[in-house]
Amino acid sequence: MVKNRKKRKALVQQSYCVACGCCVKVCPVGAIQIMNGITAQADPSTCIGCGKCAKECPASVIEIQEVED
Amino acid sequence: MKSMKKHWYDYLWIFSLTYLILGFFNILFAWLGLICFFVPLLISLVKGTKGYCNRYCGRGQLFGLLGGRFGLSRKKDIPVWMKSNWFRYGFLAFFFVMFFLMLWNTYLVFAGAQGLKQAVTLLWTFKVPWQWAYHGTLFHAGVAQFAFGFYSVMLTSTLLGLITMVLFKPRSWCVYCPMGTMTHLICKAKNR
Repeated sequence: MVKNRKKRKALVQQSYCVACGCCVKVCPVGAIQIMNGITAQADPSTCIGCGKCAKECPASVIEIQEVED
Repeated sequence: MKSMKKHWYDYLWIFSLTYLILGFFNILFAWLGLICFFVPLLISLVKGTKGYCNRYCGRGQLFGLLGGRFGLSRKKDIPVWMKSNWFRYGFLAFFFVMFFLMLWNTYLVFAGAQGLKQAVTLLWTFKVPWQWAYHGTLFHAGVAQFAFGFYSVMLTSTLLGLITMVLFKPRSWCVYCPMGTMTHLICKAKNR
């Protein structure tokens, strides 16, 4: 049997992000950062796609997307 | 794994709550609220970050606690128009106008053209008698007028924040908070 479960990663829709930092506080692996007080950015190599940030984001601008390896 | 240990600044919600309560006892404490105006601006101007929002904002923490741990939020998505630039900038502009109007009223009291009004104005409309929190001032009556005006701003924004906390996500206020929008603009200008 082939295991073909895709990985999930957080993706920030940056045009609507207000850089409040709520996502940073809840990320269990420290994968998300506020860049220059402008927008949040998730590091795909650290992100485990748990979705805590997406749930927390007051503007709901974070999506959990399936990505190819 | 990142350590989820609490920092000293995770307890700043206690200050925000205390501030709101103090205003019910002595309105002059309202002046302390200027800290929440100057610190975020200074951080964004000097460091070019939204460090205040990200770490120190006690009001945001308070909404996070009430809406999160206390479950007072529906946790629904905020409407798209509320996160649009025209609404955020429009609300900032409106906030500015009302703030300067408040400063103008303070000036009139300082100039002796108007008497002190011992009232707190909620949502820029409803005048609530607040004389119990005024016990005279060592300085000019204008000092107290500013306190009444500034506390009105703080209580109004808390009220709006609470409403959107209940309707949408706990920290929905952060999306359209005028201080947040202002520091966001400063960061955008500085880090262009």
